[in-house]
Amino acid sequence: MSGGVDSSVAAALLVEQGYDVVGIMLRLWAEEGSDAYGQPNANRCCAPEAVADARAIAQMLGIPFYDVHAEQVFKQRVVEPWIDAYAQATTPNPCFSCNRSIRFGFLMQRALALGAEFMATGHYARVDRGEEGAFRLLKGRDEKKDQSYVLHVLGQKDLARAMFPCGGYVKSEVRELARRFGLLTAERAESQDLCFLTQGDYRSFLARQKPDIAQPGPILTAMGENIGTHDGLPYYTVGQRKGLNLDVQSSDAAPMYVLKLDAPRNALIVGPAEQLGSLVARVRVMHYCADAAPGEPLRCTAKVRYKAREAAGLLHPLPDGGARFEFDEPQRDVTPGQGLVCYAGDVVIGGGVVGIGGG
Amino acid sequence: MPERRIYLDNSATTAMAPQVLAAMQPYLNDVYGNASSLHSFGRDAAAALDEAHSVVGCAMGARASEIVFTGCGTESDNLAIRGIALAARRQRGFERGHIISTATEHHAVEATVHQMHELFGFDITMLPVDDAGCVAAADLRRAIRPDTVLASLMLANNEVGTLLPIRTLADLCHEHSVLFHTDAVQAPAYLPLDVNELHVDALALSAHKFYGPKGVGVLYLREGTPYLPTLTGGGHERGRRPGTVNVAGAVGAAAAMKYVMQERIVQAPRLCALRDRMIAGVLERVPYARLSGHPTERLPGHASFLFKDVDGESLLMSLDVEGFAVSTGSACTSGDPEPSPVLTAMGIPRDWALGGLRITLGYHSTEADVDALLETLPMCVDRVRRAALEML
Repeated sequence: MSGGVDSSVAAALLVEQGYDVVGIMLRLWAEEGSDAYGQPNANRCCAPEAVADARAIAQMLGIPFYDVHAEQVFKQRVVEPWIDAYAQATTPNPCFSCNRSIRFGFLMQRALALGAEFMATGHYARVDRGEEGAFRLLKGRDEKKDQSYVLHVLGQKDLARAMFPCGGYVKSEVRELARRFGLLTAERAESQDLCFLTQGDYRSFLARQKPDIAQPGPILTAMGENIGTHDGLPYYTVGQRKGLNLDVQSSDAAPMYVLKLDAPRNALIVGPAEQLGSLVARVRVMHYCADAAPGEPLRCTAKVRYKAREAAGLLHPLPDGGARFEFDEPQRDVTPGQGLVCYAGDVVIGGGVVGIGGG
Repeated sequence: MPERRIYLDNSATTAMAPQVLAAMQPYLNDVYGNASSLHSFGRDAAAALDEAHSVVGCAMGARASEIVFTGCGTESDNLAIRGIALAARRQRGFERGHIISTATEHHAVEATVHQMHELFGFDITMLPVDDAGCVAAADLRRAIRPDTVLASLMLANNEVGTLLPIRTLADLCHEHSVLFHTDAVQAPAYLPLDVNELHVDALALSAHKFYGPKGVGVLYLREGTPYLPTLTGGGHERGRRPGTVNVAGAVGAAAAMKYVMQERIVQAPRLCALRDRMIAGVLERVPYARLSGHPTERLPGHASFLFKDVDGESLLMSLDVEGFAVSTGSACTSGDPEPSPVLTAMGIPRDWALGGLRITLGYHSTEADVDALLETLPMCVDRVRRAALEML
């Protein structure tokens, strides 16, 4: 429970359905530093007000509530690998490792220790059982809020215990339910951005955490022409247009986009919009929600970023556990470090992290 | 929520005794005067406050004038350490000064001593403890320097229950002109406290640990002990703790003191026996379990355990869900993924130290409570261990 609308409604729905519910809030790591009273900075997920809100809701629902400190494990398994991924010139998504290691690892262990049979979160996703009895992860009913993308890391064992009570509703219905349950967080704003940033954007965070992470280098065209100097590869991502410090930028020249982060040469490769796009994405370790790869190439759709549109293509499972996805049409946002998540309709097939040079 | 709830966390706090509430009642509404006021309303309050000083002083062999009512045990520790160290340093003309404490103190002492170093330039020595949490007199002797002004060593450890031989340690300090403060917050419900037996210069108590109200601390300050008030203001409590006195709280603390003086004669041996029954039962029924702290020199009613390869916080939650209120040791450290500093100081290896559990019995605890816990605890420990294995 985060004290927010979704997890609060999830808890209330389960209580209403007669489950024996226990609320747990995770205290996650936030950047070093302290507030005016010398107390460590709080992660956005669990600021003091959020703890109070979650506790008040649990009291109202008549369920036990625990806030569990997970700062160090979160830092080790989510934040540090996320920083390392930037250092390798990729654009990582910390929600994957958080769901894998923290929610369905650290937190699940605590839930099982309590004797829990299921673990519920406020995610917009659904779980059901397919024809052969296997558990399936499905998109949330609310297309705009669907969070199945960040949950593609789950397998059969996780899905067997997972519950997403909000997944069958659209956000406005969840807010309506919050009002009906009398939850004080019904009107609370959505959380945005990375939860562990306490000041500035991710670039300044990276610079503070790992001062040598960004080394300036050349901006090159695909032809190798040097047309500027970049501030350090971690500060850019594929498809980015703004913030490029180009030597020549005449008004009639075509806008330039980041095509690639070339780590070996510490070069930022840029080009006009028509050079942007890939027909293929490669994943080194492909995870399947069914715990097994399809026996043959599969026609399906794929998302290459949380907010990207699904695109059709062919998924080729590879013998080494990786996968290759061939898009029918070139995709602009194929970015090393982001997830490639495959869908058959509403069902999540699985996904993995797009590898370097895999765009 | 479980239907049956059993409270076994009496080191965290105790249930206020009905006679304490009854004694406080008039001072929560009818007698509302400010004890510092000259008029009859003030006098009524002042008379009650005087009486409270007498009762609490008498209970520990002190004069009424040596008793200071504060806001909590932490405040008493703070006022004593800061006030005595600063005054003694000035009186004896030391530039830096030196304070001795132990590695197993409550945060109220530990953080204050560290701040005395960081903010006020004192040198500090935190004495090591053995695997039972005891301090060796020889270590204390070695730590004393010519400019040592104060030692603060706790009487009974909140986390592992170990009792220190305060009189021996205090005498040793006095031989070298070192003043002695003890945090005795855990003791009054179980042990007689006589400052003339203990030979301490300052002693901190908290009313809610012995069936009194929350929000009231007691500081015993031996007459003539150098002391600077670090809370500044008017002349309340002889200027040692300025601020309008919480008369109802002081009356409550006094009533609680009377209550425990009467009860503990019967309760202490009963709780010792009950504690030993629990210790034997846990060690017999739970595999890979051991007692932490001293086997005999420990608080009656205080049982603390270590379970190998168990996450202590998960175990607490698991027991809470089953209706048992217990603790990992100090409420302040719950949830910290690092092993407790107290257990670390005792040299407990990490795979044991993360699985600490404290069960503290009180006057209301029964054999049935202990037996119920003994029924449930093995299942909970097993569940926590299996959850960890499953997620490997």
